This record gives sequence, structure tokens and C-alpha cells, in this order.
Amino acid sequence: MSWLSLIFGEKKSTASVAKERLQLIIAHERTCASGPEFLPDLQKDLVAVISKYFPVNPDDIKVGLEKQGNYEVLEVNIVLPEGR
Amino acid sequence: MTTIITVTSGKGGVGKTTTSASIASGLALRGFKTAVIDFDVGLRNLDLIMGCERRVVYDFVNVIQGDANLHQALIKDKHCENLFVLPASQTRDKDALTEEGVEKVLKELEHQGFDYIVCDSPAGIEHGAVMALTFADQAIVVTNPEVSSVRDSDRILGIIQSKSRRAIEGREPVKEHLLVTRYSPKRAAEGEMLTYTDIQELLRIPLLGVIPESEVVLQASNQGIPAIHQKGTPVADAYQDAIGRFLGETHPLRFVDYEKPGLIKRLFGGK
Repeated sequence: MSWLSLIFGEKKSTASVAKERLQLIIAHERTCASGPEFLPDLQKDLVAVISKYFPVNPDDIKVGLEKQGNYEVLEVNIVLPEGR
Repeated sequence: MTTIITVTSGKGGVGKTTTSASIASGLALRGFKTAVIDFDVGLRNLDLIMGCERRVVYDFVNVIQGDANLHQALIKDKHCENLFVLPASQTRDKDALTEEGVEKVLKELEHQGFDYIVCDSPAGIEHGAVMALTFADQAIVVTNPEVSSVRDSDRILGIIQSKSRRAIEGREPVKEHLLVTRYSPKRAAEGEMLTYTDIQELLRIPLLGVIPESEVVLQASNQGIPAIHQKGTPVADAYQDAIGRFLGETHPLRFVDYEKPGLIKRLFGGK
């Protein structure tokens, strides 16, 4: 950083760019990390339970957690096989 | 009571082993009976940093598998009376560290009256790193003032909070400490490097210390003498302060402020 850059308008310091980027990515990764770790297990268990009653493809059961404002919505989507 | 301290970071090359060696040595210098364990199976290096590589006969995995007893595998440190090193194995078998095996060794160290067990974690978030933090009472998260290191530290904090025994059993959580290493006060002052307060704000855990970037660390590892023994250097003093704080003492932060050289010094002083 020289006096020239001080006169001709300073760009943001790289450290503050780094901090802003980290603030965003860390906040994002923290919300992702809190919870969904159990989702794959939940999905497996659901497949096991439902297959007891009728055949179902593991890919036809989708489990997702979504954040809507202050609520977290657990969404379970089960596609039943056709022609039963 | 034995306290298990895990030194971890997620990212590699930030100074975990340097820190493990210096923290363990510092605790031993204070009179605590201390063991330092290398959890980096397959890439053992703590022995080199501690200067005991030629005295390794048995290792951590030998003890776990019952091929040697703990007494045979522990290497007494050259510089400190109360310090013992348990080297990692060079086996390529990643699963050699079993949870039961690690627990057995830690319990045995407890029975032998160790005050502190320092677990030097491998980089990453794989099995070895998880094993190193599973039994932690306290964690020292080593972070460089650099984006990838800060992000990885946050990841490893999440893993401590979900996979440690304390978390799983719902006990009092692992006490987390931030140790910023390779810090350059000058570059931080000039806006080229995250400051230690930036890092603390991002990670939101208490600051244990700031270790300045220094040639001393390389010189120490060249000789196999932990950096804390390089008396009178900022690195050694900063580690001593960190150990003091760890033990509950208050020490003002040193080596974190940069004083701009005056005009005359800038004109005539060379650097």
C-alpha cells in the first residue's frame, strides 16, 4: 500500500475481502451442517419400513430439510409404484 | 484426573505437530506428567519434531494390537523430565486405530497417573482425525490467518461438536481454544492478512494465543527440539503465554502489534 494508492482511491484490503467471503461461506456451511447429517439414515429407515408393505424403489423416497424463515420443514416425498 | 487435549485443525501444514510438541513440552516443564500421542498413522512426524525418531521401537498401533505394552512404546523425552512420546505407526492400514483400542491406551495412561495427554491429530476429517478428537476434554484448534485454514477450522469444530464422546453422551461439551499460528503483525496491520480478531469473530471460540510467523520454527524442527525450547524467541514466549492461559493465568497478548517505522528509519534504516 503506497501513498499513491491513498490519493487515487484505495481498493478494499484483501484481508477484508477474505473476511467477508468467510462470513458468508461459514454461515452457509453451518446451517447445512446442523441437522441433515441424519437425513441419509432417516431415508434408509423409511425405505426399510415402507418396503415391508409394498415394493418401493429406494430412489422413490426423497427426504429433505428446508428452512423457511424461522421454521424448518422436513419434507418426505414417496412415489408409489404404479399399477398396484 | 487426566485431561485429554486434542490439537487439531482440519487443514494440513498449519502447525499442529509444532503446537503439540510445544504445548506438551510446556506442560511438562510446568511439572505435569504429560504424554503426547501421534495419531497420524502412516505419516508419523511427531517423533522427528520431538527429536526421538531414532529411539522408536514400538508404536501406538503395536500397543493397540497387543504386540507391545505401553511401557515399551512410550519414549521418554530428552528435554523434559515428565514428558513421554507415543509415536504413530507407519502402517498403511488406515483402520488400525480402533475406537476401543484408542480408549484402552488412553485409560491405561490415566491409570499411570498422567496429568495431560496431548493428541496430535492428522489433517483432514477422516478416521484418524476423528479418533484423535473422540476422547477430547479440550481442543486446541490451530488456525492460520488464511481463508482455507479458517474454513477448515470451522468444519473441524462442527465435527468436535457432533462426534466427540462428550457430545454423543451429552456431557459438558469439549472446551475449545483457538490458537492462531504463523501470524504476521505487519501484514495484518497493512490489510494483507486476516487479523486474529477477525479469525476469532469468524470462529467464535476463545483465543488461547497468537504465535508469530518465525524462522525459529524451522530451525527448531531441523534440530528436533520443540520450538518452546528456543528461549527468548517470540515463538517460545508466545507458546509459554498460551500454556499459562490454558492453565487459567492471564497474560496480555504479545507479538501481535506492528509499529510502523518512523520516517527517518524508513529513509535510513534499510528494512
